[in-house]
Amino acid sequence: MAQSSQLAISVTDLTKIYGERAALSHATFSVPLGTVCGFVGPNGSGKTTTIRMLLGLISPTGGTGTVLGEKIAHPEKYLPRVGAMIEGPAFYPALSGRENLRVLASLGGFDQAIVDPLLERVGLGDRGGSKYKTYSLGMKQRLGIAAALLPNPKLLVLDEPTNGLDPNGIHEVRSLIKDLAATGTSVFVSSHLLSELEMIAEHLVMLREGKVIYNGRTEDLLSAQQSVLIAKPEYAVDLNKLVDIVKKNDHAVSVVDGAAHILSPADWGATLNRLAFEAGITLSSLTSVLPTLEATFFEMTGESE
Amino acid sequence: MMNVIWAEMRKLRRPSLLLSTMAIVTLLTTLFTFLTFWRVGDPHGNGRRGETVTAAFLSTSHGLVYGFGIVSFLLGIVALCIFASQTAQEYTYGTLRNLLLRQPARMKILGGKYISMLLFALLMVIFSLISSIAVAYLLAPHAHVTTTAWRTSAGMSALATALGNVLLSVSSFGTVGMILGLLFRSPISAIATGVIWFLILENILAGLVTSTAKWLPGQNITNLTTNQNFTFSYQHSLIMDAIYLIVSATIVSFLFKARDVSN
Repeated sequence: MAQSSQLAISVTDLTKIYGERAALSHATFSVPLGTVCGFVGPNGSGKTTTIRMLLGLISPTGGTGTVLGEKIAHPEKYLPRVGAMIEGPAFYPALSGRENLRVLASLGGFDQAIVDPLLERVGLGDRGGSKYKTYSLGMKQRLGIAAALLPNPKLLVLDEPTNGLDPNGIHEVRSLIKDLAATGTSVFVSSHLLSELEMIAEHLVMLREGKVIYNGRTEDLLSAQQSVLIAKPEYAVDLNKLVDIVKKNDHAVSVVDGAAHILSPADWGATLNRLAFEAGITLSSLTSVLPTLEATFFEMTGESE
Repeated sequence: MMNVIWAEMRKLRRPSLLLSTMAIVTLLTTLFTFLTFWRVGDPHGNGRRGETVTAAFLSTSHGLVYGFGIVSFLLGIVALCIFASQTAQEYTYGTLRNLLLRQPARMKILGGKYISMLLFALLMVIFSLISSIAVAYLLAPHAHVTTTAWRTSAGMSALATALGNVLLSVSSFGTVGMILGLLFRSPISAIATGVIWFLILENILAGLVTSTAKWLPGQNITNLTTNQNFTFSYQHSLIMDAIYLIVSATIVSFLFKARDVSN
């Protein structure tokens, strides 16, 4: 376990109970400083509740936590170094994007001169003067990210930052997060776009029904999963014969797009190749793939694809 | 605290809010002062609650600010709407969480917001006073009102007193608006409750059971500017006003500080 000074976030037994329902139950996890940490879980698993407690917006029913080494009971000690966008952007519709950022800059005591460069950075340089209510969903999201960057944060907390963004926007957010991480900013990001998280998150916290079911390196999680061999015979008529060979060797197999998907260690590929050859089957391709984060997520959370 | 005040002023100074509010204030004040002077001495009434105000009265040191005093209740209702909407909109827009991220000390948010809205109310009252004085001077010759007494020290004193009382009354209505905004967390609910209570329910209640007027908040706030209710004094209204506002403000401040921000 890393020391708290090396952690961006650390929570122990964090719990939030609404009435008789536990939105979060005894959550214990930590996020190392300077990493991009993905925060995943099905809807209603407690992600936003956790983020709200980390930001001092709601009080925990139980448990403790620290953010940037300061106790979450005293958000005033760490929030000046934290940028956040939670549950989508929220701004004043009648004010322009620029004026909305200026309100927040005034409030935080930041230099007003940082507002325009931030608008440029998120691609709103030419629309900063337009009223927020005229913005598209993607533009609102960009403004939310700009607001989160106002304090030049040491920790950036983003809740679904790519909602409403087009593929280009998603790519830009991914690049932005990577750039920030490269300069030492810790990023705690929740997203349903698991393929995106897989590309950027070195660390992962996974929730299910208010409980932490994984907290650790993304790489460790994925490498712990059983690989899948994808074998495709040269002739489609050999597919059933190939499936029979796999089943006789006690491996689970399914047929997807004319190929056999076999749950087995990667090194069984050589055996399969030899068995197929002995049965007179020529394989046109044989590859071993690790399950994606998405597949792992569905398996671990019990959600169906 | 200053950061919060500056941030709030940025929101309040937006043209659509600032100009429309000042236009409404000017229009109301001009209308009421105009009617008082234009229909001077009209036996059907040209003053508050249908009373007849004569040229002789308007020529006294209190004449200059009579129109200003009449409109104070409506200024109060305008203030109630603005304070309520500016407070409750933070919940409906979800912007409160942004504010608390940048200023986690909730009482500073509340205090800064209140002070900035009081400054806005001060601007409203000054606009109203200037409009009323301008219309009074313009129509004084038509109404055969002499303005000499207006410029005496007694006139200046009446003006200062009226300004102070109207400001107190408008701020009180505004404070009620802010309290309702914090309580209901919805501009429409807060404004509707405030307006229906002060404009309709209180008047019905005070009309049906006269003795209740002494204890009703709206009646007491209004009495600060009119000092017309002979069943209870200005001092009584001042004390009642203070008690109502301090108790309710303490309760909602506690709620604001302790309540989870979950929208």
